[in-house]
Amino acid sequence: MPKPMALPITPFAGFGLGLRKPHYVEFLERRVAVDFVEVISENFMVDGGKPRQILRDVRASYPVALHGVSMSVGSADGLDGAYLARLRALVDEIEPLFVSDHLSWTRIEGFSSHDLLPLPYTDEALALVCANIGRAQDALGRTMLIENPSTYIAFEGADMTEWQFLDAMCARSGCGLLLDVNNVFVSATNHGFDPIAYLNGVPHERVRQIHLAGHSRGQDMLIDTHDQPVPTYGTCTRMSCRCSGRSRR
Amino acid sequence: MSLLALQRDMRAWLVAADADAASRYGSAAAAGLLVYQNTYRAQLVACLEESFVQTRAWVGGEAFHHAVVAHIERVPPTSWTLDAYPRDFPATLAVLYPDDPEVAELAWIEYALGEAFVGPDSATLDVGALAYIDWDTAKLQFTPTLRLRALTTNAPAIWSALFAEEAPPAVQVLPKPGAILVWRRDQVSLFRAIDCTERDALLRATAGVAFPDLCAELVEVHGEHTGITRAGTMLGQWLADGLIVGVTILQR
Repeated sequence: MPKPMALPITPFAGFGLGLRKPHYVEFLERRVAVDFVEVISENFMVDGGKPRQILRDVRASYPVALHGVSMSVGSADGLDGAYLARLRALVDEIEPLFVSDHLSWTRIEGFSSHDLLPLPYTDEALALVCANIGRAQDALGRTMLIENPSTYIAFEGADMTEWQFLDAMCARSGCGLLLDVNNVFVSATNHGFDPIAYLNGVPHERVRQIHLAGHSRGQDMLIDTHDQPVPTYGTCTRMSCRCSGRSRR
Repeated sequence: MSLLALQRDMRAWLVAADADAASRYGSAAAAGLLVYQNTYRAQLVACLEESFVQTRAWVGGEAFHHAVVAHIERVPPTSWTLDAYPRDFPATLAVLYPDDPEVAELAWIEYALGEAFVGPDSATLDVGALAYIDWDTAKLQFTPTLRLRALTTNAPAIWSALFAEEAPPAVQVLPKPGAILVWRRDQVSLFRAIDCTERDALLRATAGVAFPDLCAELVEVHGEHTGITRAGTMLGQWLADGLIVGVTILQR
């Protein structure tokens, strides 16, 4: 039997916000001037109760992007079927604008780190990530967006740069990109590459969403803490917006 | 090195600070590996601190932190969701505090309240429907959020006082071991301490024993008058609590 195609991403342009607990009351009580909200998928992949009801209520008034942190598309032992089934149930109920996760791994052989761990940009990793994204898109019936990570380790013996990896990943798996400008800046600073070369190298036509966030300065490197004001990033942001001309957070 | 080997090494570094595993990432990775290990541990610490606020208040911040560190070393996380990580913490506390059973009981109450909060939705039985129920053939259906645990201390009273930011009572060992049930009604997680008779009845009823058979068992143990009275009282309490979400009429 032929395999059904994953649903393509509907065109959308607008400004969104990451919806967190402190925002719930405001979003439920009045119209907030955003075009969409983004939530952490796992916070709502629960059986029921208040969190799921809040998401239903918010969805009644705003388009919602589901942004995951635990799919682990870089796991060498593949994806978690139970996780995919729960995410599919949430996707079917919420009918999200986008479904995204990170170019990273969090889980291996039953251990879950709950952190976005780095991948070496090798041919082996590329083949594995593309196979995992393909399985996820089949399970979800949707084209996914994959976000570039902040990383603190650069692997020796890489076969390609991160932007070359992203380009090949999009071409092979058909996924789109969630371009996180903060993550480009953090990784470029930590590993000494040129962020402009990165932004020139990613496949612009695949960028469907942009993240802006803040970071902290650690002892030896920048850390993606999401707890600081968003810097202007200057050229990076302007280039990123030109990349997509679409939605940004 | 294969991707699988790299990921096993990272796991060994995060869980056990395995220096050999770290060295295979190369010397240039040392600072980055520390960032990842710090984030891994900080996430788990924050998860347990947020999940066990009253338990932390009861044992004190420093003692709680020692328990958290011991738990992180004893039980690496396995689920895709951090919501599952608190599940085994009461068992760690039972090991660390063998002479203070209220500590693990407090922690279980907090974990169970959190679990019920995001448990499956169900509608409480409409009181108007009760008039049409033939109780002689009724089998009760309970909310899927219901959880039961043995209880040996006044941990529920301690939890309630701490939650209300009042001075908690001194620990008391119950004259007879009892139990505690936790469930969610509408959007609110609730708990109630119960005796062993109610615990046994709930265990039998949730296992599928029909209500008339439950009554017969109570009559056998407590005599006709007390048994029937107790069955009626418990049923009324379960309905008032919103524990019952349906009644199946059995064909006999």
